[in-house]
Amino acid sequence: MSVHRPQSLSLFDRAILGQATRDAIRKLDPRSLVRNPIIFATALVSVLATVLTVRQGLAGGHGIGVPAQITVWLWFTVLFANFAEAVAEGRGKAQADSLRRTKSEAAARKVSGMDGADPTQIPAAMLKAGDLVICETGDIVPGDGDVVAGIATVDESAITGESAPVIRESGGDRSAVTGGTRVVSDRIVVRITANPGETFLDRMIALVEGAKRQKTPNEIALSILLVGMTLIFLIVVATLPAWASRSGARIPVVFLAALFITLIPTTIGGLMSAIGIAGMDRLVRFNVIAKSGRAVEAAGDIDVLLLDKTGTITLGARQAAEFLPLAGTSERDLAEAAFLSSLADETPEGKSIVALARNRFRLADPDHAELRFVPFTAQTRMSGVDLGGGHQIRKGAADAIAARTDAHPGRDLTGMVERVAKSGGTPLVVARDDRPLGVIHLKDIIKPGIRERFATLRAMGIRTVMITGDNPLTAAAIAAEAGVDDYLAEATPEKKLELIREYQQGGRLVAMCGDGSNDAPALAQADVGVAMNTGTQAAREAGNMVDLESDPTKLIEIVMIGKQLLMSRGALTTFSIANDVAKYFAIIPALFLASYPQLQALNIMHLTSPRSAILSAIIFNALVIVALIPLALKGVEYKPAAAEVLLKRNLLVYGLGGLVVPFLGIKLIDMAITALGLA
Amino acid sequence: MNARGILLIILFVAVIVALTPVLGGYMARLYEGRMNWLGPVERRIYRLCGIDPAREQHWTGYAMALLAFHMLGALVLYGLMRLQAHLPFNPAHHVAVAPALAFNTAISFATNTDWQNYGGESTLGNLVQMAGLTVQNFLSAATGIAVAAAVIRGFSRRSARTIGNFYVDLTRSVLYLLLPLCLAGALVLVWQGVPQTLAASATATTLEGARQVIALGPVASQTIIEHLGTNGGGFFNANAAHPFENPTWLLNFLYMVAIVAIGAGLTNTFGRMVGDTRQGWALLAAMGVLLVAGAFACYWAEAQGNPALHGLANMEGKEARFGIAASTLFSTVTTATSCGSVNAMLDSFLPLAGMVPLVNILLGEVVIGGVGSGLYGMLVFVLITVFIAGLMVGRTPEYLGKKIEAREIKLAVIAILVVPAAVLGLGAVAIVTGAGQAGIAAPGPHGLTELLYAFASAANNNGSAFAGLNGNTPFYNVTLAVAMVFGRFFTAIPVLAIAGSVAAKKMVPPSAGTFPTHSWLFVVLLVGIVLVVGGLTYFPVLALGPVVEHLALSAGTLF
Repeated sequence: MSVHRPQSLSLFDRAILGQATRDAIRKLDPRSLVRNPIIFATALVSVLATVLTVRQGLAGGHGIGVPAQITVWLWFTVLFANFAEAVAEGRGKAQADSLRRTKSEAAARKVSGMDGADPTQIPAAMLKAGDLVICETGDIVPGDGDVVAGIATVDESAITGESAPVIRESGGDRSAVTGGTRVVSDRIVVRITANPGETFLDRMIALVEGAKRQKTPNEIALSILLVGMTLIFLIVVATLPAWASRSGARIPVVFLAALFITLIPTTIGGLMSAIGIAGMDRLVRFNVIAKSGRAVEAAGDIDVLLLDKTGTITLGARQAAEFLPLAGTSERDLAEAAFLSSLADETPEGKSIVALARNRFRLADPDHAELRFVPFTAQTRMSGVDLGGGHQIRKGAADAIAARTDAHPGRDLTGMVERVAKSGGTPLVVARDDRPLGVIHLKDIIKPGIRERFATLRAMGIRTVMITGDNPLTAAAIAAEAGVDDYLAEATPEKKLELIREYQQGGRLVAMCGDGSNDAPALAQADVGVAMNTGTQAAREAGNMVDLESDPTKLIEIVMIGKQLLMSRGALTTFSIANDVAKYFAIIPALFLASYPQLQALNIMHLTSPRSAILSAIIFNALVIVALIPLALKGVEYKPAAAEVLLKRNLLVYGLGGLVVPFLGIKLIDMAITALGLA
Repeated sequence: MNARGILLIILFVAVIVALTPVLGGYMARLYEGRMNWLGPVERRIYRLCGIDPAREQHWTGYAMALLAFHMLGALVLYGLMRLQAHLPFNPAHHVAVAPALAFNTAISFATNTDWQNYGGESTLGNLVQMAGLTVQNFLSAATGIAVAAAVIRGFSRRSARTIGNFYVDLTRSVLYLLLPLCLAGALVLVWQGVPQTLAASATATTLEGARQVIALGPVASQTIIEHLGTNGGGFFNANAAHPFENPTWLLNFLYMVAIVAIGAGLTNTFGRMVGDTRQGWALLAAMGVLLVAGAFACYWAEAQGNPALHGLANMEGKEARFGIAASTLFSTVTTATSCGSVNAMLDSFLPLAGMVPLVNILLGEVVIGGVGSGLYGMLVFVLITVFIAGLMVGRTPEYLGKKIEAREIKLAVIAILVVPAAVLGLGAVAIVTGAGQAGIAAPGPHGLTELLYAFASAANNNGSAFAGLNGNTPFYNVTLAVAMVFGRFFTAIPVLAIAGSVAAKKMVPPSAGTFPTHSWLFVVLLVGIVLVVGGLTYFPVLALGPVVEHLALSAGTLF
C-alpha cells in the first residue's frame, strides 16, 4: 500500500502570487464578475460609491476622507475575492503548463493498417477518433487510444508522476494508452479513441486550470441561498432611510453601501470558487482525474463502495501458505514433491510453492536433465513432472486428481480439502504415482493495512462490498478476514450491475472501482465510477474518475476531498452569517447616533466614532476574505467521525468563532484607525 | 414575577405537551384517509360539489384550487358586507360597510389574518358575523391545515406525482376536526358565560338609574373558532379583553390551549406520517423553546414595572381578572401562533415586553404558528438549517431522506423573502407618504413600533394590532390587505411547490454520515437559524422602534 501524500506546494508561492495579483485586476471585467452574483453586486455598489465620492469631491470635498476610504475598501473587497480565485487557479496553472508542453511537442505517424506500413507524419492535434498511429521507442503517444497491435513499455510519468514504465499490449485489460506518455521500448499500433480537444490531457488541463469550470449542483444551490440573503439585506438597507426618516436621521448613501456590503455574504461569496478549484486541484495532486465536479461532490455522499477482490483487497495472486500431508507422508516428502512439480511452473502460485518449500526445508535444485515437466492444460487441469524411473508427480484440483487416479479419495483427503476451502483458501492436491500425498494450502493474501482502511470507511458511514468470482464459502472467509461489510460471490458482470441497481433503488449512492472492459457497464451505472489508469480504454471512458496510480482504496481520499469541499462551503457560509451580528452592532448605532444618542448603549465594542465604526466594519469585511484564503485552499479539516460530532465541532469553530472573531477584529481595526487618525 | 405566574406558564406547557400526541394521532389518521365516521355526510358533500375524492392533485392543481377557492370566498364575504343593509339577520340595522374597509376585511378573513379595522358590534350584523366571518374562520383555518397535510405527504411519499386533493383535505379538516371541536368548545364557552343569541342587545338599568344598551350576538360560536383556528377576529372590538368573549380566568386558559393545540398537534402528525415521531417532537421542541423563552421574557419585562413610575406594576390596558402573568402569556401565545386575539392592550405594555409579541410575529409565525402555516413555515426554516448543517458534515444536504437541492432552496428562499419585503417595503411606503403618516398618532419610536407591528401582523397573517395606528383609511385598508395576500399565498404556493418537488424524490436511507434531525443539536441549530434570519432582517427597525424607546424610557424619556 502506497502512502498518498500530495506534492507539497507552498500555499503562497511567489510566482503564483504575482500572477494572481495581475489576474485579480483582470477579473474586474464585468463578463468575468457576473459569474459570481455576490461579488458582482459588490462591484456595482463600489461603482456607485465611487460616483458619489467623486461628485462630493467636485462639490468641494468637505468631509470626504471617510467616504473615500470606504469606497477604496469596497473595491478591495472585490479585488480580494478575485485574488482568492486567481490564487486557486494559479496553483493549477503551473501543472497545466507543463502538461500543455508535452502536448504541443507531439507529432503523430499515421498508418493505414494494423501492420503499421507507410506511415505519414501529421501533427497530433489533427488526429481524429478511429485513426491508427504507430509509436516506436522514444515516441510520444500522440493521443488517447487502444493498442491494437504489438506490446511496448510505456513511461507514463508525465501523467501519473510514477517513474517506473508500464507494459501496454493489445487485447486484454492493459490496452489503453494516454496521450503525452512516452514509449520506452518496442513498437505498438494505437487506435485513437478521442477527438482533438477531448483527450485525457485536454480534460486534465481544463480541470487544473479551472477556467471553464462548471458550477456543481450544490454550488448552484448555495449560490441561490446566498443571493436570497443578499436580496433580504437589499430590502433591509433600501428601506432603512425611509424607516429612519421618522427620527429625522439622514444617512449618507456611502454609509448605506458600506452596511449593505458588510451584511451580504461576501466572505463565502468571494471564496466559493476558490474552494471549488482548490478541491479539484487537491484531487489532481492525489493523482485522480475527475471528469466533473459533480462526481467529486457525489463522492462525499457515497453509501456503498464495491471493490474487486483481486488486486484490491488481496494481492493479485494466491500464495502457498502451508503443506498439509496425509497420514503416512511426512511434510518434507510432500514439500519435495510439490517443489519438484512446480519448478517449471511460472505462475505466481507455482513460484510461491517453490519459495515456501525452499524456505522450510532448504531443498536443493535437482538435476533438470532427469526431469520432464508436464505443463498445465485446461483438459487435465493439473500440472506436474515425470521423474526418471517412471515416477510421476501431479498437482491439481482435488477432483482432477481424483478423476486421474479413478479412485475414491480417502475421507482424510476430502476433509482436508474442505477445511482449506472453508478457510478461504484454495486446496491443491499433490499425488505421486497416483497416490495422494497431501494438500498445498494456497491462500489469498490480504493486502497489508486494508482492514484499517475499511474501518476508516465504516467510520465515514460507507459500507464496503467485496466482489469476487470465488464460491460463497471462500468469499465469506476472505470477507471476514479483510473486514468488509458484505460480499458478492460468484460475480458476473450482470450480477455486479444488478447489485448496483439494487442499492440505487434503495436510494443509496454507489461507488465502484474497476479496470477491465467487463467492468464498464457497472462503472457507468455507479454514481461514482473510478477507473484504474492501468485498465482498458472502455473502463476509463465509462467511469467518471480515473485513478492514475490505480489504487482502488484511494476512494477514501476521494470521498474525503468531496466531503471537505462541502464542509468548507458550509463552514464559511456559517462564518459569514455569524459575522453579521458584530457588524450590526458596529454600524447600526453609528448610523442613528445623531438622532438617538441613547443607541450608544448598543455600541458594545466602544468604537471611537460613528465614522471609525463604519470604516472598521468594511475593512474587517475585506480583510477577512484574504485571511481565509489559506483555509479555502486547504479545505476544512476532515476526520472520519459521526455526523453529529463533525457538526458540533464545525459549529463551535465556525459558528461561535464567526460570532466572536469580528467583535475582536473590528475593535482592533478601530483602534488602529483611531491611532492613525484616519477617521 | 411570582410563583403563581411561573406556575401558569409551566402548567400551560404541560397541557400542550400532553395534548399533542392525542390530537396529532387523530390528525394523522384523518389525513392518511384512515378515518370515516362521518362517511355518509362526507360522501354527500363530495357528490353535491362534484368532487372525486379519489383523484389526487399535482401541486400546481392543489395550489390553483386553493387560490380559486379563497378568491371566491373573499368575493362572497365582500358582497355580504356591502349588501348587509338589504339582507336578513341584521337586528341592529347596520349599514353597508365602506368599500375599502369591506375589501380589507374580506381579504383579512380569507387569509386567516383577521385584522380588524372596524368594531364588530358597531359595524356588522349577525349574518355577516355568522355566514361571513365565522365561515371564513373555518375555511381559512382548514386551508392552512390542508397545505400542511399536503407538505407532510410530500415528505412522506417517494417518487410520487401528487400531494393530495385540496377539496378533500379542506372538507375533512372542517368536518372531522374543526366542527366537532368547535361544537364541544362552544358549549364550554356558553357554560362559562359567553353569550350565544341572535338578539342584538340587552338593555340594562345601571345602579345610577341610567339606561345602558349592551351589545350581544352569536358570540360563542365565533369566538371558539377564532381561537382554535388561530384566526383572532373577535366578535367585539375589544376582542378577548371583552368580558363577554373572555369572562373567566379558566376560559382565558382554555383559549390559550385552543390556540396552540392544533399547531402543536400537527408537529406530531408530521412525525407520525413521515414514520418517525421524534422528527415531530424535534420541531415542537424548537417551537417550544422560542415560545417559552418569549413568555418568560415578556412576563419578566412587564413585571419590572415602569421605571418612570418608580417600578409601579404596569396594569394599564390589562384586565384585572387576568393580571400581568396571564396577560403577557396570552399575548405571547396569541402572537406566536398568528392567532392575534388579544386580552390586553400591547400598546400599553412596556417597550421590551411589547417587543416580544412583535418579535414573535417578525420571526415569521413559526413559533407554533398559525394552524398548518406554522408547521409549513417552520419546515421552510428546517430546509435552510439542514442545508447549512448538511454542508458542515460533508454531505449534500438531505432531510428525511430527501435530497435538498437548488430547486428546494430557491423555493424556500422565496417563501422567506416575501414577508420581509412586504413588511419593510410597505412600511417604508407608509412612513414617507402623507396618507401613511396621517394614520400614525404616537410620536417618535413608539409610532414607528405601531406601524411596524401593523405591517408585520398583516404580512404574517396574525391580525392582532398594537393599537394606536388608525388603520381604517383607504391607504391602510389597501396596503395592509396587499401585505396579507402576499404573506398568505406567496408563502403557501412556494411551500406547495416544495411539497411537489420532494414528493417526486427518492428516499435516501440514513447512514452513519447522515446528520440526525431529531437531536437536541438540530433543535438548537434550527432555533438559531430562525433567530438569526429574523434578527438580521429586523435588527435595524427594531433598534429604531422598541429598543430606542426602551433605552429612552430607562433614561426617563416617554413617548
